[in-house]
Amino acid sequence: MKILVGTRKGLFIYEGEGTDFRMRQHAFVGEPVSALLDDRRDGALYVALNLGHFGCKLHRSSNGGRTFDEVAAPNYPRNDDGVSLELIWVLESAGDDRPGALWCGTIPGGLFESTDRCASWQLNEALWREPARKSWMGGGYDQPGVHSICVDPRNSAWLAVAVSIGGVWYSRDGGASWTASGAGLRADYVPPELAHRPEQQDPHRIVQCAGAPDRFWMQHHNGIWTSTDHLATWQEITSPKPSQFGFAVAVDPRRGERAWFVPADKDERRVPIGGELLVNRTDDGGKSFVQQRAGLPQANAYDLIYRHALDVASDGCTLAFGSTTGNLWVTADGGEQWIALSAHLPPINAVRISDS
Amino acid sequence: MATVTFTPNLARWAETSAMDVAGDSLADVLEAVFVERPVLRGYLLTDQGALRKHVNVYIDAESIGDRQRLTDRVAADSKVFVAQALSGG
Repeated sequence: MKILVGTRKGLFIYEGEGTDFRMRQHAFVGEPVSALLDDRRDGALYVALNLGHFGCKLHRSSNGGRTFDEVAAPNYPRNDDGVSLELIWVLESAGDDRPGALWCGTIPGGLFESTDRCASWQLNEALWREPARKSWMGGGYDQPGVHSICVDPRNSAWLAVAVSIGGVWYSRDGGASWTASGAGLRADYVPPELAHRPEQQDPHRIVQCAGAPDRFWMQHHNGIWTSTDHLATWQEITSPKPSQFGFAVAVDPRRGERAWFVPADKDERRVPIGGELLVNRTDDGGKSFVQQRAGLPQANAYDLIYRHALDVASDGCTLAFGSTTGNLWVTADGGEQWIALSAHLPPINAVRISDS
Repeated sequence: MATVTFTPNLARWAETSAMDVAGDSLADVLEAVFVERPVLRGYLLTDQGALRKHVNVYIDAESIGDRQRLTDRVAADSKVFVAQALSGG
């Protein structure tokens, strides 16, 4: 098993089993990694860079990360609106029946598709031309961005994407048309008249359960929501303590009722409450949560977990997450006990677990 | 022919030895560079064709004026210097 860690100063690759992982490689030393994808269909490893001077780049490895080749980064069509690629934020495989096809979410607000292993990219014009996109806003970054892309395991033409700030959008035709999913969501940061508009929602991250794909979980700016009807409606989950604020979420790929969150205090104070870091896990669809603290610092911790920095393996019990403070933890028992793999990595942007 | 030299900070991504290329404007000069070294385009220019925010170009020791359309004039014996800005690190 591998844990891929994208940081402010390069890609770190850990290899091991259980909780015994060792760092095997540090690639792109000193360069900011913004997104990772381990493509289990062909074993390719994709790494997106956000070079401070020279822009966003994409690299692919066919040998587990020993060597990389640069491939094409998405480009926005020429325009007079000042739109230009700012960040490659998420990369996903486009389905088992579409070898070599990938989806990419970007800032500002772009969804791109490649059908040739990133030799080229095409902007998804249907979402780009969606009239409600004009109401999207920056959230964290100055401009809106696509950070979550879910490809339904039952049908690769069923897609869901999430936008900060621009809501959740789904397609049943491979991206030819899009519909907003927002019933039940609430945005407290806009005037009350706009609070329930789908395009005003700020989903920090959405994930879909592979084994029960009608189930989605969302860490939203204003709390936690889940959908059990394939995005028709969302139900707010208010039980987790000490906070419902955060960025990351992971769902057990075998059981949709089980999900993990890493709470921060609140919007205006994005640190663990009282300096105590914990993971919240529900096993019953959000009715109740267990606070997991074993192995995590319980004093003077200021770790924030970014939206792509928590991942769960296909076994449903191995998880890893990394923090802005450069700490990396792993568990082999669903979070009952966490093990620190490192306390001095660079700030961590993204974590992915690879079964290979 | 103008002589184009590149910041050594680009060397880990692309060939950066000096080049002699023809062109009356910076846009022409860079297009001639990209013919031989296409990978450099995305490192110097945005997807909209403007000079990247944290890349500087000097023509005969003068910082260029037009970062959007790259219309600054280049003489036959000009020295074009492609630099990494100290901002953006």
